[in-house]
Amino acid sequence: MWDWAFAFEILPILAHAAIISIEATLVGFVLAAGLGLVLALARIAFPWTAWPISVLVELIRSTPLLIQIFFLYFVFPSFGITLDAFTAGVLALGIHYAAYCSEVYRAGFDNIHRGQWEASIALNLSAWTTFRDIIIPQAIPPIVPALGNYLVALFKETPLLSAIAVLELMQTAKIIGSETFRYTEPITLVGLFFLAMSLVSASLIRAAERYLNRRPAR
Amino acid sequence: MTDKPMVRFDKVSKRYGPLTVLDSLELDVMKGEKVAIIGPSGSGKTTVLRMLMTLEAIDDGVIWVEGSPLTHMERNGQLVRADQAHIRKIRAKIGMVFQSFNLFPHMTAMKNCIEAPVTVLGMKKAEAEARAAELLDMVGLSQKKEHYPSQLSGGQQQRVAIARALAMRPKIMLFDEVTSALDPELVGEVLQVIRKLGSEHDLTMLMVTHQMGFAKEFADRICFFYQGKICEQGHPKEFFGNPKNERTRQFLHAVLEAG
Repeated sequence: MWDWAFAFEILPILAHAAIISIEATLVGFVLAAGLGLVLALARIAFPWTAWPISVLVELIRSTPLLIQIFFLYFVFPSFGITLDAFTAGVLALGIHYAAYCSEVYRAGFDNIHRGQWEASIALNLSAWTTFRDIIIPQAIPPIVPALGNYLVALFKETPLLSAIAVLELMQTAKIIGSETFRYTEPITLVGLFFLAMSLVSASLIRAAERYLNRRPAR
Repeated sequence: MTDKPMVRFDKVSKRYGPLTVLDSLELDVMKGEKVAIIGPSGSGKTTVLRMLMTLEAIDDGVIWVEGSPLTHMERNGQLVRADQAHIRKIRAKIGMVFQSFNLFPHMTAMKNCIEAPVTVLGMKKAEAEARAAELLDMVGLSQKKEHYPSQLSGGQQQRVAIARALAMRPKIMLFDEVTSALDPELVGEVLQVIRKLGSEHDLTMLMVTHQMGFAKEFADRICFFYQGKICEQGHPKEFFGNPKNERTRQFLHAVLEAG
């Protein structure tokens, strides 16, 4: 049933594909965390954006990621925007998770006591300084676990990119399977890889949490 | 008096829906004057400070600071609603200390005091730190510079908050029930700092307080607010010794009874 020789033979190929998966995860998450923060800040800084943003967030969260990936890759070209598979996939991942992240940030900002905003006004801080030095440093540490969960979730959704033929882990495993008619080893190895990486990132997130909470913040 | 008042409320009104919190308030505060604002809860006294600090928008009237409009600005000889840049320029003259301190919990006492001077006034960090050290010394906290707010008592936190506000060199200081959140044994140390400020600085001060004894001893003028209006005002000696208005008498009676 399980062929060790075959497993070791395909391991380097899968390891190479894993780099693509990790790249997609990191770029996608940076996009998600950044864009999510921008959305959350825009809602506060420009109250008129709150309604359009919540519609956008709802739209993104209420449709499957796979459809969004297909939309960017197959539908955008008819609007004259052609993206390569990796870019389209990562963009879709980033935008999809930005919608979730923006809600996490919003909860973080909502938890900041009104007095912190008022003290910032009384000290005549600019809106930018208030966000950068007062609000964000207090809002972020408590939401690191939630953001970290989305990092792991995003990572686990990168196999969806195989649907538009990005040569990430899953797609590579499928190709190996279809060429050799052996699926047991490649699919199992991919599963183990995701398991290992998820455990590693979970412990990294815990370390980040400890680092951020090292000050007597409250 | 020919001098322009430091603060002028010119027919200022504030409403929350159908509720009128302040009704066409007229109040002038002269340079260096110390005004204590007292009154029952819901009388609009805290709103006066919050409007002056621009934490609340006003519905009618104009607030002036040192002869310049705060809530408005002049354009083509007319007063129009002030934009953010104008508000920030005039607001720089005002500092405020809050009932709940509102220190930045993620910053040390020192960092709390240099944040605004560095980012707003563009002071060099070393210069801001030297100035902050002086102020923290003045409020008796030279040993606590590197402490975080959570490591300080309420009275100590409030003294840091006073130092933080002073670091911006305001001409007007607002004190909003600054001892109300403190344990009784910590009230004295905060009042002591305010007393010191009053004697050493040429600051204009407006304070909302429940400390009648302190108001009587410290203020140049007492303003008694009732239902959004100044019901009675005067020199503390006159005000406490011989209140004219029936509402004032009732209020003082109730407060002194409790205290």
